Amino acid sequence: MHSFWIIFKQAFMTKAKTKSFIITTVIVAAAFFLMANLPNIIEAFQGSEEEENVLHVMDESGDLTEALQQQLKAAGSDIQAMPTDLTEEELKEGITDGSIEAYLVLEQNEQLSARYVSESANEMNSGADIEQAVQSLQTALTAETMGLDAAEVSQLFLPAAFEREAVSESSKSQEELSQARGLVYILIMLIYIAVIYYPNMIAMEVANEKSSRVMEILISSVSPVKHMFAKIAGIGTLGILQMLVFGLSGYVAIKTAGTDLSEGAFSVFGFSDVKISTFLFAVLFFLLGYFLYAVLAALLGSLVSRTEDVQQLMLPMMFLIIIASFIAFSGIGVPEAGFVTVSSFIPFFAPLVMFLRVGMLDIPLWEPLLSIAIMLATIGILGWFGARVYRGGVLMYGSSQSLKDIRKAIRLGENK
Amino acid sequence: MSLIVEHATKKFGDFTAVDDVSLTVEQGQMHGFLGANGAGKTTTFRMILGLLNPTAGIIRWNGKPITYAESPEIGYLPEERGLYPKMQVEEQLIYLAQLRSMPKADAKKEVRKWLERFEVPHYASKKVEELSKGNQQKIQLIASLLHQPSLLILDEPFSGLDPVNVEMLKSAILDFQKEGATIVFSSHRLDHVEELCDNMSILDRGKIVVGGSIRQVKRSFGKQNVRIKMDQDLSILHNIAGVENFTKTHDGALFQITDETVAQRLLEESMKLGALRHFAIEEPSLEEIFIAKVGKAYA
Repeated sequence: MHSFWIIFKQAFMTKAKTKSFIITTVIVAAAFFLMANLPNIIEAFQGSEEEENVLHVMDESGDLTEALQQQLKAAGSDIQAMPTDLTEEELKEGITDGSIEAYLVLEQNEQLSARYVSESANEMNSGADIEQAVQSLQTALTAETMGLDAAEVSQLFLPAAFEREAVSESSKSQEELSQARGLVYILIMLIYIAVIYYPNMIAMEVANEKSSRVMEILISSVSPVKHMFAKIAGIGTLGILQMLVFGLSGYVAIKTAGTDLSEGAFSVFGFSDVKISTFLFAVLFFLLGYFLYAVLAALLGSLVSRTEDVQQLMLPMMFLIIIASFIAFSGIGVPEAGFVTVSSFIPFFAPLVMFLRVGMLDIPLWEPLLSIAIMLATIGILGWFGARVYRGGVLMYGSSQSLKDIRKAIRLGENK
Repeated sequence: MSLIVEHATKKFGDFTAVDDVSLTVEQGQMHGFLGANGAGKTTTFRMILGLLNPTAGIIRWNGKPITYAESPEIGYLPEERGLYPKMQVEEQLIYLAQLRSMPKADAKKEVRKWLERFEVPHYASKKVEELSKGNQQKIQLIASLLHQPSLLILDEPFSGLDPVNVEMLKSAILDFQKEGATIVFSSHRLDHVEELCDNMSILDRGKIVVGGSIRQVKRSFGKQNVRIKMDQDLSILHNIAGVENFTKTHDGALFQITDETVAQRLLEESMKLGALRHFAIEEPSLEEIFIAKVGKAYA
């Protein structure tokens, strides 16, 4: 056991000390701070936002502007309707030189008629808001002429209750879904990166030790199986630590930035209603995914003689991860689709896809447990198989670098 | 504490790399392995170390097969030298010794001692890739014996070294032997084996073609050399019965003979030809034995 810890420490420390590792960690942590402060930064750049939302209203009667303003406010718009003394010529000039965003010409005849003028047709996306407000104003005015009182008018404007509801029990309500979606998306992204990044590190490490021929000394001192698992554990711990740094810096960034992440640009991520279980499952699936792919990577790394050949041999494994990510990312929109359900039980896809289902749906607990059990069994089988390949693979030097070498490696490492 | 190899055979598919090899190395002995490239030396070493399992046969160290439990007792210098190129010398040596269960503090002390002995103490904090090949080899040898193993296996320890460094490493290995270590080594140089070893084996295509103590090997070779120096032409003498081989040299000739009575006749016959400057009966060199047994010169 003693030598296990020595290799573990070695694998951990040499990687943790490398410049690339430190720089990556710092950059990602810095990116979190940047993201958390994004709303503040956007605001800083658009300091004069309120002025831009001023709508100049040419209103001959004079009392329509205030009524319009009330309608805008009632609709939740932040557009300021202001009466103007300028002529239409001057207003047009104002739009051309950019000092005015848009103006509205209001006239009241038999009915209300309005003309909205802005620089381009899609300006401010407020055209629709204003049209709505003018429409409401028209209704209100008509109601007035019909002699309705205020209570009757407000009744007239009462919105219909419209809500979406899904029939399936496992499905979360539409509201819950969109809240979970953002977070799950980010966590899947993290798991995806982690199962590519860290296992790659292992394959490179193993290939490096082989190509520098230090491997033969190592495996004559310590059993290759112990060596392999100590390495996987060492780099796994490094990965957990790095993720922890990311998580912590993200948390601190959000707390210190003082922006409300449940609103504005962040509302899509759904941070407002975070379930602890989602994070726990994320950690669990990260670990399982890591071990699964790390064993595979160590196996593949042990087959090559030169580090240049690692990527080529890792290609099939990369495909597996990429397919898993395709299923997961396309499944975010349709988490209940059949292909998502099926692939969440396939060990190589499960770390991403089952996590997606756990995060997005209220599925019975036995489903993730079964998927985890399948993954654990696969890790066990791969570990046993990988150790056999590794034993022979590390002694094998040659030019042919293909998966066919697995058989050769097993034979070389065989007991009889 | 003896190493016993009994009928060890290793097959890779249809290819037999090592074929029924048996040998015994007693404690404190040094055993030399000779053989052309691909003769099966490295495979034999790997089987002794337990890196490869023999297809047939038994290998015992101290009465048991070598497993990772015996790792602290064993030192190994592989033929393909390998160290972490980007790791510092001292750090690396300590790490490798720790893998063989040596406590860190002891390892540190020993590293200092050995670097001093090999006259490279100033390399302690250099990266291995910055050292010359010869110096890397010194580090490699230190790595194999730092943890004071009782069985030392050295695959081509002297290849690629200049004569000064060869002497330095040789004396270190001899000191190690004096402390009681059992040593198995292969060499490119027959004179090294002749000089250092008590026993030897010549491997050819996986088989031991000659084995035993060096003196015995030479005696049982059944042939001796007679060296004659004189100015006259000696070529007519090679017709004498018992002369196996005749080589003309720049100042005389070399005769290979089957037994000493032939030497007697050679002496008589050559004296008839003229004045003799030099007449000697020599033991066969390992080189000759090697050529005779393997059928080609030693690389």
